[in-house]
Amino acid sequence: MLRRLILAAAAVLAFAAAPAFAETEAEHPENYPFSFEGVFGTYDRASVQRGFAVYSQVCAACHALEHMSYRNLGELPDGPFLAYRVTNEETGAQEITLTPHGHHGKPVDPNDNPYVRSIAEAATISAIDRETGQPTDRPGRPSDRFRSPFPNESAARLANGGALPPDLSVIVNARHGGADYIRSLLLGYGEPPAGVEVVEGKYYNRYFPGGWIAMAPPLVVEGQASYSDETVATIDQMATDVAHFLEWAADPKMAHRKSMGFSVMIFLLLLAGLTYTSYRLVWRNEKH
Amino acid sequence: MSGPSTYVPQTGFTRWLDARLPIVRLAHDSFVAYPTPRNLNYWYTFGAILSMMLVVQIITGVVLAMHYVASTGVHTGGYSSIAFASVQRIDRDVPYGWLIQNIHSVGASMFFIAVYVHMFRGLYYGSYKAPREVLWILGCLIYLLMVATAFLGYTLPWGQMSFWGATVITNLLGAVPVVGESIKNWLMGGFSIDNPTLNRFFSLHYLLPFVIAGVTVLHVWALHVTGQNNPAGVPVKSAEDTVPFTPYATMKDAFAVVLFMLMFAAFVFFLPDALGHTDNYIPANPLVTPAHIVPEWYLLPFYAILRAIDFNVGPIDSKLGGVILMFAAIAVLFVLPWLDTSSVRSMRYRPIARICFVIFVVVSIALGWAGAQNPSLVLNPVEYRADLNWAQGGALRVAEVQVSDPGQMDAAIEASTKELTDAGASYTYVARESGTRATVSGLVGGEMQTQTVSAHSTDELEEAVATAKQGVGAPIVEVARHTPFEFTVTRLAQLLTAYYFAFFLIILPLLGLRETPGRVPDTIAKAVLSRQPKTAGAEA
Ligand code: HEC
Ligand code: HEM
Repeated sequence: MLRRLILAAAAVLAFAAAPAFAETEAEHPENYPFSFEGVFGTYDRASVQRGFAVYSQVCAACHALEHMSYRNLGELPDGPFLAYRVTNEETGAQEITLTPHGHHGKPVDPNDNPYVRSIAEAATISAIDRETGQPTDRPGRPSDRFRSPFPNESAARLANGGALPPDLSVIVNARHGGADYIRSLLLGYGEPPAGVEVVEGKYYNRYFPGGWIAMAPPLVVEGQASYSDETVATIDQMATDVAHFLEWAADPKMAHRKSMGFSVMIFLLLLAGLTYTSYRLVWRNEKH
Repeated sequence: MSGPSTYVPQTGFTRWLDARLPIVRLAHDSFVAYPTPRNLNYWYTFGAILSMMLVVQIITGVVLAMHYVASTGVHTGGYSSIAFASVQRIDRDVPYGWLIQNIHSVGASMFFIAVYVHMFRGLYYGSYKAPREVLWILGCLIYLLMVATAFLGYTLPWGQMSFWGATVITNLLGAVPVVGESIKNWLMGGFSIDNPTLNRFFSLHYLLPFVIAGVTVLHVWALHVTGQNNPAGVPVKSAEDTVPFTPYATMKDAFAVVLFMLMFAAFVFFLPDALGHTDNYIPANPLVTPAHIVPEWYLLPFYAILRAIDFNVGPIDSKLGGVILMFAAIAVLFVLPWLDTSSVRSMRYRPIARICFVIFVVVSIALGWAGAQNPSLVLNPVEYRADLNWAQGGALRVAEVQVSDPGQMDAAIEASTKELTDAGASYTYVARESGTRATVSGLVGGEMQTQTVSAHSTDELEEAVATAKQGVGAPIVEVARHTPFEFTVTRLAQLLTAYYFAFFLIILPLLGLRETPGRVPDTIAKAVLSRQPKTAGAEA
């Protein structure tokens, strides 16, 4: 007992230095019923369009979409600004619209797509002037990559207090929970629970591993992104839409993948039936 | 087994060719007339499934290599590498690139599912035993090559797991004494994982599948020399025991291949990322270590064995020990034909061996699970307890000790302590300020008190102790923490590893000498006939 009590003194000191329990377990993302989930799920085009508005008006200030080009916005199968050429029933004139009008509309090449062109042209792209060889700026074209907010990683870190705003083209695949996580993260800011030590220059977010994220709450007021449809841009709505858009960005070929998947599965099932029947026929007179 | 050729060329051209290059005869003898045991079950279709998978991986791989760029340089307008961006380009811009890429990455997992079934099949039916030792060893060689190929391929997208997986594995080689460091640097093409590493990994990843294809040819050749084993484990004795490969085995294989493709397609089209790790969608960053570095699922059992060794054995430190055991886990397969002493091939007729085999399969899967967990995760429900001891009341007495010669220090402290205890101090405490100065404090009088706190985790316990101490408010409180028995993932992995090796090195050698096997049928035909009453209805 004596010896152990003596050892206690060390413990007294060690205790004073014991760390506060700053690390908090991240909460599990809230499960939101996105329309693209499940084997039959499809993208909600209007939501992807609104999500693009949120991305370009809010997130694009810090986050790149480095693996994507403007033309992707107007590409099959699910580009949010995929346009169709339709003939006006009354005037007989050719018109380009975002709605396919049943099966009458013909998809427009992204290069000729006025929606995609105007989105691209709004961006300023640094390029090399072919004649002078000097750097110049020019309006973007559909074939250009999305303009990154920063020229390189160092510049991005410098502007964000040392943290790197990750590229968002595949962010949905790069995080457990996917779109649910993105949506929850955007809505998960708040006061830290009592007793949690505040981290300088970071913001408490209950869905972020460790609790403290270097991204200031990006969605703070209703109407922060202006929507072209009647939907009210509540914070919740913006978070949902941008998560939907980012899912499309990470998996633009989903519709092709699923529809081909069905054909392949049906084909293989028929083939399985056929091979099984042949197998039984071949073996019908053999004991095995 | 193969016997004399029964091929008879039918046309002028085939007669002409047969006299010059009897390739049609070879194909006919190997895949048409080749006699297969009539009792082969579906476990015997996995060789055909593997052959299909090898072709699928090579074709998709060659197409991917047309678009993939092995460069760690930063791609224009972004933060990720050119390699990472080129994989994104394949998924997004190459026509059907997403399909080819999904097939290849999911295909790697499917290939391993098939190879594990194929290997367990061989274990169960004793297919490694004479005269099929070379066939088995060639199989083990193929497996080793598959592991290497899969590891190399996983580095190519240059994601976080690619980079850190490569780092962990090359570091392992560095643990080998004397030559390790040189091998490591030679493999990396420098002193760190960088562009030269990626380039040589790509080159080797393209090369090895063709080596696998070559060894597979030898594997099938060896198979056709000895003939296939079968679920009864008894050799083929007469023509009655066999059926020709085509159409009998071909049709059964075809059906099994289609079933396998159904599962494959379900993953490719509906769950393409289910078998991968999210971190590999994060571009490689040498400055950020992922929270958990784990290999692909099919290498997890070996990863668990690697990490199970957390102790040093003589001159072998834990790291090298883990590496040795990990390689030994594969090496032991090569010598298996000489470890199993039983003359009965099929475990159908070895009741005890069969139980040990089932445990072995469970152990292998459990090792895979352990490989994916945090090694220090505690698996048993434990209660952490601590006793707080302090003295209530009493007076604190402090004595200064000062000596001129540090050598006298201990004696002086002892004397001072004794003085305090003689004065009735219930405990004393020495604080040494320097070699020649110390204070000895002691509590005189007072009553000993004890309080016990408990919690379900060490963190909670520390919190509980802190709160309890505040409540006590005594100047000195002794905390005695009781370390309960913690059954960690590492402990579990050690047990599992022990069984893994015991199965090969103890159970199979000893059991073969001692067990009484069941009655083995004399011929395959008899084995089939003996089951006849049961299957008669189905056959009709
Ligand atoms: C002011 C700059 C800024 C804006 C605007 C911004 N972010 Fe961020 N974001 C960051 C920074 C910096 C980080 C890195 C945080 C860290 O590592 O702690 C980040 C991280 C993220 C992450 C990754 C979190 C993780 O799990 O690692 C996601 C997802 C994200 N942002 C989404 C968005 C979305 C969606 C928007 C638009 C609604 C947005 N951000 C707007 C700066 C910004
Ligand atoms: C690319 C990988 C491989 C291919 C393409 C392949 C192919 C084949 C084929 C076509 C057969 C005959 C059909 C069958 O019995 O299933 C076979 C049999 C066999 N294979 Fe493999 N194999 C591969 C890997 C392996 C591995 C890794 C092992 C073991 C370590 C192995 C061990 C055997 C054995 C022992 C047999 C004979 C089985 C018996 O007769 O009971 N093979 N293989």
